[in-house]
Amino acid sequence: MTGLQDMLDPQAICLQVEVADAAAAIGLLAERLHALGRVKGSYRDAVTERERTMPTGLPLGAVNVAVPHTDPVHVINPSLALATLRSPVLFGSMDDPDEMIPVQVVMAMALTDKNAQIDMLQRIASFIQNPAALAALVAAETLLQAQAALSQMAQD
Amino acid sequence: MAIKQKTILVACGTAVATSTLVAYAIEETMKERGLRVTIRQCKATEVPSLVADCDLIVATTPVPDNLGKPVIKGLPFLTGIGKADTLDRIEKILRE
Repeated sequence: MTGLQDMLDPQAICLQVEVADAAAAIGLLAERLHALGRVKGSYRDAVTERERTMPTGLPLGAVNVAVPHTDPVHVINPSLALATLRSPVLFGSMDDPDEMIPVQVVMAMALTDKNAQIDMLQRIASFIQNPAALAALVAAETLLQAQAALSQMAQD
Repeated sequence: MAIKQKTILVACGTAVATSTLVAYAIEETMKERGLRVTIRQCKATEVPSLVADCDLIVATTPVPDNLGKPVIKGLPFLTGIGKADTLDRIEKILRE
């Protein structure tokens, strides 16, 4: 299994962005995926709505991650878009929607079929379970630095 | 002694994303431990209508209380935190 870097179009990587809240972060990534032709126009609202009712924040420790996504009907091609935030914004925890956690890495997933995307999902899980790689990603100021961080996988 | 093959209902918000990851992880580990399982994926909202045919529910999002079947949180499969313990608990229920 290789890293996440080759699943991310450079245009789908937004580094050190400043957003007001979770919805703005989702909007930014949905816009990128839409511009790349990967999702339909309905993706943004669908992800935002799903995030409201079934949030996707993952409490990991030092750096928390959110993985907003929605039903395949809004997706054209399986894809991934990523943002690192200069200052964390609050996402609900996937485990407990009433618990808000500060998130600094947002990965918007565009999925079409459960079996086709297992590779991408496993790479994401492996990446976020590596605290050193996550810390390097959050610190990255350039695309090259981000890609180097994304190429690191969990040590297990 | 053969153990009757059990069915695990794996639920998440969309039935395509996190439940897929959880389903693969459970299937792989239980196979390594010599246990065959049937895994069904569904949306969290579909759990009440499918609960009758399963032995165990693993969910990454909240599911209703009082389902009458054991419910295990699937978040450790995403975060890695407590994953080994979660797999042991699943194995224990499957061997009951």
